[in-house]
Amino acid sequence: MKAERKRLSESDGATSVLVVLMGFLVGTILVALVGKNPLNMYKALFQALSGYNIDNGRMNVRYIAETLNYSVPFILCGLSMGFANRVGLFNIGGEGQYIMGLTLAQTVALLGPQIPVLHWVLAILAAIIIGALWGGVVGILKAKYEVSEVVSTIMLNYVALYLSRIICLQLPGATTYKTANFPKTALIENTFFQAITHNSLLNNGIFMMIVAVIIYWFIMEKTSLGYGMRATGFNKDAARASGIPVVRSISISMAISGAFAGLAGGIVALGSFKYGRVLAGMDNYGFDGIAVALVGNCTALGTTLAGLLFGLLKNAQALMQGKQIPKEITFIIQGLIVIFIALRSALKLYQEYLDKRQLQKEVGVK
Amino acid sequence: MSMILGMLPSILMIVAPILITAIGGMICEKAGVVNIALEGLMAIGACTAAAAHVLMEASGMNHSLSLFLALAMGFVTGGLFSLVHAVAAINLNADQTISGTGINLLSSGVTIFASQILFNSDRTREFRMGMQTDALGIYPTAYIALVVVLLSWFVLYKLPVGMHLRACGEHPGAAESVGINVKKMRYWAVFTSGVLAGLAGGCVVLTQTIQYTSNTINGRGFIALAAVSFGRWTPLGVTGAALLFGTAQAFAIIANNIPALKVLPTEVFNILPYMVTLAALVLFSGKNYAPSAAGKPYEKGAS
Repeated sequence: MKAERKRLSESDGATSVLVVLMGFLVGTILVALVGKNPLNMYKALFQALSGYNIDNGRMNVRYIAETLNYSVPFILCGLSMGFANRVGLFNIGGEGQYIMGLTLAQTVALLGPQIPVLHWVLAILAAIIIGALWGGVVGILKAKYEVSEVVSTIMLNYVALYLSRIICLQLPGATTYKTANFPKTALIENTFFQAITHNSLLNNGIFMMIVAVIIYWFIMEKTSLGYGMRATGFNKDAARASGIPVVRSISISMAISGAFAGLAGGIVALGSFKYGRVLAGMDNYGFDGIAVALVGNCTALGTTLAGLLFGLLKNAQALMQGKQIPKEITFIIQGLIVIFIALRSALKLYQEYLDKRQLQKEVGVK
Repeated sequence: MSMILGMLPSILMIVAPILITAIGGMICEKAGVVNIALEGLMAIGACTAAAAHVLMEASGMNHSLSLFLALAMGFVTGGLFSLVHAVAAINLNADQTISGTGINLLSSGVTIFASQILFNSDRTREFRMGMQTDALGIYPTAYIALVVVLLSWFVLYKLPVGMHLRACGEHPGAAESVGINVKKMRYWAVFTSGVLAGLAGGCVVLTQTIQYTSNTINGRGFIALAAVSFGRWTPLGVTGAALLFGTAQAFAIIANNIPALKVLPTEVFNILPYMVTLAALVLFSGKNYAPSAAGKPYEKGAS
């Protein structure tokens, strides 16, 4: 039994790698088809990964740091999606929870008490809490009123976007696209990172992300809360019958799910920008988090690796554009990866077909 | 009252594409497949129509013919991309939300990638002239939407094929047992939702803007999806829901000209349709109107 489970988990990881490779393969073919050199795409990716520019042989660690920094919101939004997914919910609302986190962090940064450390801690906490509330509402709507979480999260994404604009336009120094600069005490910059990475934007958010990953792993694998949630996800009726409070379980897990996305918003607001943004559109970290979680099979380690991959793709965009490769190829690769994940069930069907054949053969021989 | 009449053409302009898409989504769910890729399919249709119209316009083609062909191409590409969802959902029993999300992500890349290749820019080139309004100030898209609604009602409720389609969404096992080909029926339903979403995307771009950008569709497909549940999976209900959302959106534009409403930020009106949907979903919860097999893969022979 144990050996079998191990085999299964390994094959899940292997499928993810396969799916990613197929996404890249089709993306490469597409680039070649439109008459561009796919090698340039991989040069850009390699530079974003290692900091080494193959064309002129120069090394710049800044690229590595930027890749890491881009990964942070991807990983957190992936955890958000993954957490909900374990209870059998599809949280498309990561984007809205992220936007609310970002908005509240900006608000506290501009209006909060300018006391060192306390200031940014308050801003990040505000982001986490509002994310949790924004997600928790979905859980309550789902558990109490049976409103499909797919529809309600999509609606809440747009409510969040416009609400964010209303709030941010009232903040000090607001123009149509930005607010006044944040006070120094609100920033989560890390001067050590800046010194060793040629002023990259890598900031303390990465530590918060690591803590979040550990918390995710701990709740999922080591606590009865995680057990109850997973049981709810596998079979709602069985969970109810064995005394797990399903309504509470769903609401709490949506709230925790939202907290991860809210944290992502807070980190991007205070780490990657020096001023508040009045959003004109979505940042899409929340949507991409869906793909991140799916590639990572919703495990802590898998989601982290998938988030790093997405951070790499995002950081490579500008480099690709500089090499005449349309940067949108990265979106295409991401979309293809998700589609291949959906098609993954074909593998299961194929396995069933093989098993059936095998069985028929054995019976036939007898 | 005259104010609302004055608003009517712009309301219809906004409602038409949402309604066309929502009817497609409704047909798809009636057959048992949930299609959250509507947003992406609209984007693909819009990009195709915009690009086709610009290129044909530049080649000096007759204006009406060019518009018609552009819409037709949006129609076809929307249908082609929806087949990805069909294969995943119907043949491979994939999670329908995942494959829909995949198409949505893919479309945001494919459309802009195509613009980069065709026009060396992150948007399609501007066309000179889109669709023109008739004597009443109404765009032809409103009439297209009307035809789509009436046709969907007629097919779904008055023809045997419509009843078969609905059976596939309510109880596919029973449908199969009386000789209905469930998979084929679901294929047609998904394809229909794809072509309608593609057509609607073309309608958006040819009436409301002058080019395709990553912001052109901006959630219209998702609103259509909500209109399906809000309208309780009936053509009349979906039409009402789409009208409500469209009016709320039109209001956001028109409120700028009304002094009493000018004090409120336009975003308040932008939020309206989404809040209304949420409130409606909560208020009308309790009884589930959704087709009972929607979203569930169907395996022949499995109970």
